[in-house]
Amino acid sequence: MSLDKSAVRTIADLARIRVPEEDLDHLAGELSNILTFIEQLSEVDTDGVAPMSSVAAVGLPLRADSVTDGGQADAVLANAPDKAEGFFSVPKVVE
Amino acid sequence: MTQLTSLTIAEARVALAKGEFTAQDLTQAHIKAVEAGRGLNAFITETPDLALEKAKESDQRRKAGQVGALEGIPLGIKDLFCTKGVRTTAASHILDGFIPPYESTVTANLAQAGAVSLGKLNLDEFAMGSANITSHFGPVINPWKRKSDPTAQLVPGGSSGGSAAAVAAGLVMGATGTDTGGSIRQPASFCGIVGIKPTYGRCSRWGIVAFASSLDQAGPMARTVRDCAIMLGSMVGHDPKDSTSQPIAVPDFEKALTGDIRGLKVGIPKEYRPDGLSAEIQAVWDKGIAWLKDAGATPVEISLPATKYALATYYIIAPAECSSNLARYDGVRFGLRVEGKSLDEMYANTRAEGFGAEVKRRILIGTYVLSHGYYDAYYIKAQKVRRLIAEDFANAFKTVDVILTPTAPTAAFALGEKTDDPVTMWLNDIFTIPTSMAGLPGLSLPAGLDGEGLPLGLQLIGRPFDEETVLKVADVMEKASGFSIRPKGV
Repeated sequence: MSLDKSAVRTIADLARIRVPEEDLDHLAGELSNILTFIEQLSEVDTDGVAPMSSVAAVGLPLRADSVTDGGQADAVLANAPDKAEGFFSVPKVVE
Repeated sequence: MTQLTSLTIAEARVALAKGEFTAQDLTQAHIKAVEAGRGLNAFITETPDLALEKAKESDQRRKAGQVGALEGIPLGIKDLFCTKGVRTTAASHILDGFIPPYESTVTANLAQAGAVSLGKLNLDEFAMGSANITSHFGPVINPWKRKSDPTAQLVPGGSSGGSAAAVAAGLVMGATGTDTGGSIRQPASFCGIVGIKPTYGRCSRWGIVAFASSLDQAGPMARTVRDCAIMLGSMVGHDPKDSTSQPIAVPDFEKALTGDIRGLKVGIPKEYRPDGLSAEIQAVWDKGIAWLKDAGATPVEISLPATKYALATYYIIAPAECSSNLARYDGVRFGLRVEGKSLDEMYANTRAEGFGAEVKRRILIGTYVLSHGYYDAYYIKAQKVRRLIAEDFANAFKTVDVILTPTAPTAAFALGEKTDDPVTMWLNDIFTIPTSMAGLPGLSLPAGLDGEGLPLGLQLIGRPFDEETVLKVADVMEKASGFSIRPKGV
């Protein structure tokens, strides 16, 4: 699979990473090489093989649905680049 | 007095108990070594004052008769572990100014055992790399030098390159590492030290900056197998805050070092002998097999047929998980923000400036393989091949107790080499990735030097949660190898 400039632009938009127009060609080449490399998997016969999402042999544990932590708004906000009135603040999203 | 920075953890433990020196003496000696070793760029953040304070507390505890397993031992912490009140960077620009309000479970466990942290160690950005050249804080230099060209600066391997270099150079007695596809074992091999990635689920991942959550695992790096066993015992344990951390008993790993491996069957996978494997790596591997035979173990040739697909499988699964995990860096809650006219533009500007080239590449590949129309062809396909890789190991472990392979296909290379093409760099991890895909414990120990005088490592792979056999065999091999060489000038 080889990716063209417009495909790379779409992926970068999905990933929310700004890529300058002049870098798109180079990046398309790099990503295409990587895809060519990983596409060797198509030669493996995986009929009837279940996908493996975790190596853990046991299922996920359950616990009571109760509040175990909280009341730490100051600590949560301490690293925020911008905050106001006990909230994270972001650029205006509604005109 | 012996030079304090050349002691092993086991030796220092005895000397501290006898009162030959204090934790403060030991810490002070290592702080001086850290200062003298700044040329290696192994540390991102040094915390000498905090270390001395903790060492003082350790000496007080000892006086009061409270002695933990790592009481007063100075360690370094890979800067991927969140440390309360101490800057944590993941070697990325995007975490600028981030000071965690919490402590990772592993580092909390180490502190509980009495360990003294000297600071935070350099790594590849978000642990993505095999040479420690992707750090925002600059590359780490390997303390080992080529005989033919002692001026060439060699890489320490990655991603735990700062950890490996600091341990090899005697700046710390041991260090934490993390391993997703080989990030403990490959730098351990490049720097002539011991490192073990325990079974997935042995250590809590809570508070470790996430890269690929189904693969990430913390582990110790130190100068001897025994030191790794001591550290590992203090790092592991069930943690309700990580649902994949297993609620099982913690063995006494040091007790496993009995020296007796008679009757053990050691698998030698034929797929790890690809055409073009260097003769020196081959020779050190054969030497390792001979040591095991001499100690009464039996080598058995095994086959792990899916091995050749492990690297491609990894470079679908790890980027997929990375693209998902790294979505959290949005300029809103912590770290860097680069303003934009809209919220979306702010996200895109922040992530463009905050992430380095390798991290961006992996996020983009991960985004692509998870996107609509490609998910089944790439991601589900890779998860199926992953099962085949894991089944290969499960089958092999029906007949063998442990598996021996080389750790890496080469010795340490120079800065600037192998950087033209990302896939070439990834080949460094060809022998370590299959173990990670299967979640198995893997250890690297130094087994000899190549013609350039650089260390070469061998890897031992064990059954799930059987770190004890891995450590036991490694201990026997360490004694047989007599490897106690340190880099020149250390």
